[in-house]
Amino acid sequence: MISDETRELAREVLARYPRPRSALLPLLHLVQSDEGYVSPDGIALCADLLGLTKAEVGAVATFYTMYKRKPVGDYHVGVCTNTLCAVMGGDAIYAALKEHTGINAQNGVTDDGKVSLEHIECNAACDFAPVVMVNWEFFDNQTPESARQIVDDLRSGQPVKPTRGADSVCTWREAERVLAGFYDGRADEGVAAGPATLEGLKLARDRGDKA
Amino acid sequence: MKLTPVLSDNWDVDRSWTLDGYGGDYKAARKALTTMDPDSVIAAVKDSGLRGRGGAGFPTGSKWGFIPQGDGKPHYLVVNADESEPGTCKDIPLMLANPHVLVEGVIITCFAIRSHQAFIYVRGEVLHIVRRVQAAVAEAYDKGLLGKDIFGSGFDLDVVVHAGAGAYICGEETALLDSLEGMRGQPRLRPPFPAVAGLYACPTVINNVESIASVPAIIDRGVEWFRGFGSEKSPGFTLYSLSGHVTRPGQYEAPLGVTLRQLLELAGGVREGHELKFWTPGGSSTPLLTAEHLDAPLDYEGMTDAGSMLGTKALQIFDDTTCVVRAVLRWTEFYAHESCGKCTPCREGTYWMVQILERLERGQADAGDVETLLDACDNILGRAFCALGDGATSPITSSVQYFRDEYVAHWESGGCPFDPAASMLFESAGVAR
Ligand SMILES: Cc1cc2nc3c(=O)[nH]c(=O)nc-3n(C[C@H](O)[C@H](O)[C@H](O)COP(=O)(O)O)c2cc1C
Ligand code: SF4
Ligand code: FES
Repeated sequence: MISDETRELAREVLARYPRPRSALLPLLHLVQSDEGYVSPDGIALCADLLGLTKAEVGAVATFYTMYKRKPVGDYHVGVCTNTLCAVMGGDAIYAALKEHTGINAQNGVTDDGKVSLEHIECNAACDFAPVVMVNWEFFDNQTPESARQIVDDLRSGQPVKPTRGADSVCTWREAERVLAGFYDGRADEGVAAGPATLEGLKLARDRGDKA
Repeated sequence: MKLTPVLSDNWDVDRSWTLDGYGGDYKAARKALTTMDPDSVIAAVKDSGLRGRGGAGFPTGSKWGFIPQGDGKPHYLVVNADESEPGTCKDIPLMLANPHVLVEGVIITCFAIRSHQAFIYVRGEVLHIVRRVQAAVAEAYDKGLLGKDIFGSGFDLDVVVHAGAGAYICGEETALLDSLEGMRGQPRLRPPFPAVAGLYACPTVINNVESIASVPAIIDRGVEWFRGFGSEKSPGFTLYSLSGHVTRPGQYEAPLGVTLRQLLELAGGVREGHELKFWTPGGSSTPLLTAEHLDAPLDYEGMTDAGSMLGTKALQIFDDTTCVVRAVLRWTEFYAHESCGKCTPCREGTYWMVQILERLERGQADAGDVETLLDACDNILGRAFCALGDGATSPITSSVQYFRDEYVAHWESGGCPFDPAASMLFESAGVAR
């Protein structure tokens, strides 16, 4: 069941765009923030609001990997296995997490519903390889050991802090709401930059290099 | 060689992502909106020689100049913040640390092209970056730097931050437009070009994050200053991203035309005890290069002369422990997964190339299969509907060109001769080295 609040927010999403259909991607994020995946009710809501058929909405939803056809965990873990991360250890991390969680399918979920696992493509953090994402927050420079620890902590309810992100990981649904365009007020948390980001600047400062 | 921190200059400042951390106000935007007319802003960017940082290197000022004026239609600016080309990792840290330079660039650009509505299309898989950009836009509205009558100039501008949903192809500019219109992200036929019929069939400029973020400094410090860096045809400075088997991976902002040898020196060299084997100059879609290209200038002309492309300046470094066939297989799997399916050469070709490369990597293929692979590349390159297909052939053809022996070694030894554990950054037990 889509909540009344979600229906209200959906109208706000629509109002942002010169043409209603542009609201479809954020609307699908919004649906996921309420339903935990792109549900039949969510598809119906989008179709209804935008004057589309459900098939048209479904065709868009299935094109994008972030839209899920089944519920994922409260904490969705993505391991980068694109070439650079894979070579630097991403393949080993992904294998370790599969074994550790018993998840074998892409987007599979642990029995307690807490954690789901996916191998992902390059997440634009190659200078921090190997990279793991949890609910689209960065966990840089990972090892199989550190990644297992993250998953254990997530499952046992320990606070988990991204290396570059908010002070703690929010739930997947909360993240989806931000992606729908509803800012959660957490931009001031976390660092400006990770160590690798600052390597060049640090060197420029040491050498007195200026533009 | 001197480093040139401009875009990265405030990244070590306390709360660099806030307006305070950025330096208070939008000085360059104020200058443009209150002392210049739109055409002179376009002229300045043209004269600066700034070229697009999203991969193709198209001159930014010329692109703006294609926008028809007085046509009575709304004009749009769409910032391409989809950063997904494998190896590319510059726009994301830039927006995390310094989103305001992007917002300021958006204001100046929109003023120049007479646009009152901009969209920042950020890939969805980067939550905290989305937050930082949302917060920067909100702060700019709050301080009257966006919205109505900015700086009392009479210029109005609205900015929407739009999150994508996971599709590499949406970085291709026309696919991005379809995606932003709420459709599957598939490339459009050109012409018409976006400058004439882009978003909602209206004149639209699409620029990369780094291109737009480079504009405020050009307006503030001038064309001559900008042209003081780099070369005649590739002026200015840029973010070079080093990743992989290098001692200090990271972002190095330097003049265009530096060489990989110079950058590696700054970054502490290739991983200790190892040698450079192959590298990409600008993401996986740019042909691989080797140690023989260490002294080629990393600018648009230099990389073309070396048989590759500058692309996104994503320097992925692989040392002698890395199997090139494994690397190429994985990239090809990526292209097959991300192929949007619109055209046959790419949709079918990438699928078959994965099959062949899998067999090659397992040592179950032979010289004939390498020829088939090259043949498939031949049938994609120049025949695909968009540049994703062309890019998919780059790692394959370049790796065969430089490392044919290694392909041979796979079937001669009946398998991959490399130990994947040797290229990892930790012991196989999972403990950090
Ligand atoms: C498959 C594909 C993916 C692309 N991804 C991106 C991207 O993530 N970011 C980007 O700025 N440009 C990307 N581009 C290039 C854009 O099509 C376009 O050239 C660029 O955004 C123009 O901006 P610029 O002139 O400022 O570089 C991609 C191109 C292709 C073919
Ligand atoms: S080349 Fe590939 S990504 Fe581009 S239009 Fe064809 S199928 Fe789609
Ligand atoms: S290859 Fe993993 S983040 Fe780029």
